[in-house]
Amino acid sequence: MRNKMTSTTTTAIHDECLSDLGRWHVQTEPAPYRPVEEYFHCKVKDIDTQMCIFLNGWYVHDGQPLTTTPEGIIVGSLAEARKRFPEKVLPYLNEPARDRDDEFAALNRERFNDGLFIYLPDNVTAAKPIQLISLTDAEEELMINNRNLIVLGKNAELSFVQCDDSIQFKKSFINNVTLVRLAEDARLSYYKMENKNAESLLFNQVDVEQKGHSQFFSHTMTFNAGYLRNRINVYHTEPFASATFYGLYLVDRKQHVDHEIFIDHQVPDCDSHLLYKGIVDDEAQANFLGHVVVRPDAQRTVAAQTNRNITLTDNAHVTSRPFLEIYADDVKCNHGSTVGQLDDEAMFYLRTRGICERNARMLLMFAFANEIANYIKIDSLKERYMEMIRKRLNGELTICDQCVLHCPHLL
Amino acid sequence: MLKIENLHVSIKGKEILKGVNLEINEGEVHAIMGPNGTGKSTLASVIAGKEIFDVTEGRILYNGKNLLEMSIEDRAREGIFIGFQYPVEIPGVSIANFMRTALDEIRRYRGEEPLTELEFRKMMKEKAKVVELTEKLSTRSVNEGFSGGEKKRNEIFQMAMLEPKLAILDETDSGLDIDALRIVANGVTKLKSPTNSTVVITHYQRLLDYIVPDVVHVLFDGKIVKSGSKELALELEKRGYEWIKQEYESANAQ
Ligand SMILES: Nc1ncnc2c1ncn2[C@@H]1O[C@H](COP(=O)(O)OP(=O)(O)O)[C@@H](O)[C@H]1O
Ligand SMILES: [Mg+2]
Repeated sequence: MRNKMTSTTTTAIHDECLSDLGRWHVQTEPAPYRPVEEYFHCKVKDIDTQMCIFLNGWYVHDGQPLTTTPEGIIVGSLAEARKRFPEKVLPYLNEPARDRDDEFAALNRERFNDGLFIYLPDNVTAAKPIQLISLTDAEEELMINNRNLIVLGKNAELSFVQCDDSIQFKKSFINNVTLVRLAEDARLSYYKMENKNAESLLFNQVDVEQKGHSQFFSHTMTFNAGYLRNRINVYHTEPFASATFYGLYLVDRKQHVDHEIFIDHQVPDCDSHLLYKGIVDDEAQANFLGHVVVRPDAQRTVAAQTNRNITLTDNAHVTSRPFLEIYADDVKCNHGSTVGQLDDEAMFYLRTRGICERNARMLLMFAFANEIANYIKIDSLKERYMEMIRKRLNGELTICDQCVLHCPHLL
Repeated sequence: MLKIENLHVSIKGKEILKGVNLEINEGEVHAIMGPNGTGKSTLASVIAGKEIFDVTEGRILYNGKNLLEMSIEDRAREGIFIGFQYPVEIPGVSIANFMRTALDEIRRYRGEEPLTELEFRKMMKEKAKVVELTEKLSTRSVNEGFSGGEKKRNEIFQMAMLEPKLAILDETDSGLDIDALRIVANGVTKLKSPTNSTVVITHYQRLLDYIVPDVVHVLFDGKIVKSGSKELALELEKRGYEWIKQEYESANAQ
């Protein structure tokens, strides 16, 4: 099948990252252990997670690179898991490259040295969410290739929260691939929060393979980034798999965010639902590329994707390209996209009640963005995100006034 | 309180209001009637500050101040309220948050302390009663999915919350069944005081049974062509607007 979806990544960004790999500093081994509290503090109030921290590409631990629970949940360093549980790791790491893998995916495959490994056996539900926090903190311009692997057994259930943050302001090139394998009836909620400095180049690719009746719930919030590309590729390989995607991006200044979502309905009776929203200010740029393929066998597929954008200035740049490629005849598919300004009529109405222009804009933008936060199923996370949205739209939250971080120089 | 002098308004080069004169004093109730498309809503929009209309001539004084130079929000903060003919739906903005923001800003403008959360909730509850809206209302998005009647009741609810000095209600009675009309009209009556003024723009006499006007005006072809007592409303209801048109045309022909 011809792959019609071309990447949103521009040549300039491609070249900046890849043309001279030698320019990037690579940390070849983990730094000596330092207590996490010394440089990181999670501000999500009352969030009770099992926290896994990566610093400059390496799993941070105090002598225990892998933890296992009595139910058989394994969490920790992929490098270590590869040695200790090769049978659980290698089959996935040795899978051949997929059609959609580009040079960034190839680079990751070739260069990764660590990543997060999560394994849930059949019928096990993780007691609390697992949170991956990737931090960069170096004097040099870092390149990081992390490869994460999340394997859920039959009827297993997990909430996973991935936070990409910067501690310092140096340029960095971060090229992550996360492989997700969901067995029959498995359920994964995957929350991603991206808040990087303006110099960062962040590539997050997530490849999801779903067996029968499994459910994948993806929720992505982008608050700050230099350049950021989120790729999610989902493959439905057995009937009755279901995937849901929510995304929000709030970008301003010269930030640039690309979302590329690919959903491959290969078999009958699967569904996918997507809603991505963005507010694009100043000279920022956002591109949305959504591609749903419904293969000839995939009868009774239900697929919907919607992308809505608000541009706040004439220089804000948005392209929105949701598209469907359908080869089966008995399907329910639709897509829609909008790029527009704030509703003038609503602005007027709010102001006639005594609300100033600035606050009227805030109310409308918050309402627009908040819809996405409302889909979060972890209450503490939802509240924190809503607060971050409010602050972000208010201009209070920039990468220097870190949301979930205390800068080391402030500690 | 409000003084409109020789107001000419156009939109996209087309003149809609062609010299409106109107004076409303403290405590008065005025009704403005007239056939569709004569500029009643345009008049309300210009008072609210809608920017797509061009005022080409004339002026509006509000308590001695030049209204047309005031921002939209300052007009509201100075006590003007428009009940819109077609209230806008605002998905995602709850009525509670909307009213909280509006009240906070109005109170700040007037140099008053913001209401506490408790005071605010109590006020919401009391004012919802005025128009018999349920309390669930506060968590709903502004006008989203509201029936025509609910939208109109929500306008009056907002009026109750903001306690304006001058309320202009644009066809708040149209599209309402008899019960909803009674609720809306009673709401407006309850909010009436000797110091605030009300303008009701309407097609029907029936609202004026509840809210008795001191003066009835007929707006026709962008001008107020006739003013009279409340009996004029009855006469218009009985005879329609044809005779007004004839009177106006024969006066013009002379
Ligand atoms: N936004 C607009 N754009 C163009 N014409 C308008 C607009 N609003 C009102 N008009 C025109 O102004 C005239 C008066 O409209 P309106 O004030 O709504 O009348 P009424 O409320 O008396 O029925 C009509 O001819 C209408 O078509
Ligand atoms: Mg009208």
